[in-house]
Amino acid sequence: MTKILVIAEHLDGKLNGATHRAVSAAAAVNPEAIDILVLSDAPDAIAADAAKIDGVSKVLTVARPENTHALAAVFAPQIAKVAAGYSHVFAPSTTFGKDLAPRVAALLGVSQVSDVMTVEGPHSFKRPIYAGNAIVTVEVDTASIVVATIRTASWPAAAANGSATIEPVVVDAALPTHTRFVGLQQGKSDRPDLQGAPKVVSGGRGVGSKENFEVIYKFADKIGAAVGASRAAVDAGYVPNELQVGQTGKIIAPELYVAVGISGAIQHLTGIKDAGTIVAINKDGEAPIFEIADIGLVGNLFKILPELEAAIG
Amino acid sequence: MKILVGYKRVVDYNVRIQVKPDGTGVVTDGVKLSANPFDDIALEEALRLREKGIAEEVIVVGIGPADLTAHLRNGLAMGANRAIHVQTTDAVSPLTAARTLLKLVEKEQPGLVIVGKQAIDDDANQTGQMLAALWDRPQATFASKVEISDGKATVTREVDAGLETIEAELPAVITTDLRLNEPRFIKLPDIMKAKSKPIDIIELGSLGVDAADHLKTTHYAAPAKRSKGVMVKDAAELVAVLKQKGLL
Ligand SMILES: Cc1cc2nc3c(=O)[nH]c(=O)nc-3n(C[C@H](O)[C@H](O)[C@H](O)COP(=O)(O)OP(=O)(O)OC[C@H]3O[C@@H](n4cnc5c(N)ncnc54)[C@H](O)[C@@H]3O)c2cc1C
Ligand SMILES: Cc1cc2nc3c(=O)[nH]c(=O)nc-3n(C[C@H](O)[C@H](O)[C@H](O)COP(=O)(O)OP(=O)(O)OC[C@H]3O[C@@H](n4cnc5c(N)ncnc54)[C@H](O)[C@@H]3O)c2cc1C
Repeated sequence: MTKILVIAEHLDGKLNGATHRAVSAAAAVNPEAIDILVLSDAPDAIAADAAKIDGVSKVLTVARPENTHALAAVFAPQIAKVAAGYSHVFAPSTTFGKDLAPRVAALLGVSQVSDVMTVEGPHSFKRPIYAGNAIVTVEVDTASIVVATIRTASWPAAAANGSATIEPVVVDAALPTHTRFVGLQQGKSDRPDLQGAPKVVSGGRGVGSKENFEVIYKFADKIGAAVGASRAAVDAGYVPNELQVGQTGKIIAPELYVAVGISGAIQHLTGIKDAGTIVAINKDGEAPIFEIADIGLVGNLFKILPELEAAIG
Repeated sequence: MKILVGYKRVVDYNVRIQVKPDGTGVVTDGVKLSANPFDDIALEEALRLREKGIAEEVIVVGIGPADLTAHLRNGLAMGANRAIHVQTTDAVSPLTAARTLLKLVEKEQPGLVIVGKQAIDDDANQTGQMLAALWDRPQATFASKVEISDGKATVTREVDAGLETIEAELPAVITTDLRLNEPRFIKLPDIMKAKSKPIDIIELGSLGVDAADHLKTTHYAAPAKRSKGVMVKDAAELVAVLKQKGLL
């Protein structure tokens, strides 16, 4: 029987939208049931949100004080226990899921499938390798449980019109104390979240400084977009790390992506391959970004961005 | 303490990967191979800990075919004290790599294992976490800052929400992110010196690792190409096109 356990990602008592995308991938497997597991010190509000996701049968909650922070060493043994009744365990391919799922897989003694892009069958998936320059089909042994992370940019968020039952469960697992949470420094921003936003404006090394990045923020605010950046811009300290887009940053699929002063290195392009429309603004007409952009404009960004704002009105 | 470092060889990040027309793999003949960039960072971090007096010995580990020895020499030239080459001609899955590293951990008893957060070929991002699970020890993944004191590592991690700090009792596994450090360049005299440093060669088969794999890669394909777009002449035209597409 095909039964899928989806691990809920949440922060500060709120369910993360990556969970809805993992549920979409689970639905593509056509299982008998999709259940969501919420591990938290206070899971009720999160579970209530998870219960609304279409296609979900049950939301299981494990309330323990140890679950206050998402530590893989603490979560993994609990998930491995609950996984016993399932054929598949899915987590989003975010830093949360990437940290956690391999630890779960190893406890279950199986390999893990990373970054599922498409579901070809209950045990067959497509995933990217080499920064997305090749797509492989992987087949999981039908006798073993499938542990996978879901490439969120490849999947739409499942709608939230459902009403699954919520069931508290008690998990008998010894939890380690060798790993402790100290703190989280979050970028505070009123702008849309980079990972879910329909529009994103990203700046690169061409922006030149932290102060200059104001022109990117200003333009993004004008069109209601989230802000992203290339690795070079993050490394140079123009913006914090959580804004990095690419192979080693965030993989995103907005409807509109505007790359400003970004050359278009392969590692950056990996992060935006699934964007609807890519706009590139670069002063160098030979920049590789123009090879993949849907709309290109050659020129100085400091001149063009104010002109765009004026033209939008 | 000893530090064990995963030192994997991959296709250089500047190479444009081509999928073989028959879908059996990617073209690797004649392409430039280099250390996985994250593993150079792992090794650099280990060397810095040794230079601070926190570690005594840094051991680089490679799992792969016979010609990997030359690659491990680069790790020795960068500064590792010795190398362990676990030889196999088979493809190694992250689970097998983790089980193999666990065998070496049991033998060497390191205080830290540092590996890359991902290898840029398979992009699996699994090996460190799996080793930590099998070893039943802490993991601190995606590290951008590491401090060791009083038998514990305080690690800053690059997560989607920002920067998370955790404390991990040693021994522990750390996986590196790009901003942890900038690896040093290898100097010519170091290459000469590395020639006399020891490389232990162990057959994977002799370690008693269960290499049973649950995954088979059955087909390789090139990614869907984005079609070439249009160039616009100025800001006004760009806005017009975007409005027409309903994007503004
Ligand atoms: C293992 C590995 C992983 C990596 N992961 C990532 C990743 O996740 N994300 C990522 O982005 N990179 C990543 N990189 C780095 C990547 O290879 C590039 O170095 C980086 O993307 C370059 O950033 P950039 O385009 O901003 O800078 P540059 O390549 O320096 O480009 C700057 C561009 O700005 C243009 N410009 C300058 N001034 C102006 C102006 N006034 N107006 C208009 N245009 C201007 C220039 O013409 C140029 O094209 C990774 C690299 C490695 C090795
Ligand atoms: C279908 C398939 C075909 C393959 N074909 C080949 C091949 O032709 N030639 C070949 O050499 N390999 C081959 N491999 C092995 C593969 O390149 C990886 O070693 C293995 O899959 C681990 O995945 P990863 O490196 O992406 O793991 P990740 O979890 O992304 O690696 C993280 C870190 O773990 C450490 N690590 C992982 N593997 C090793 C290793 N082998 N040695 C030292 N440290 C390591 C490194 O520090 C690395 O940065 C193949 C694997 C598969 C699944």
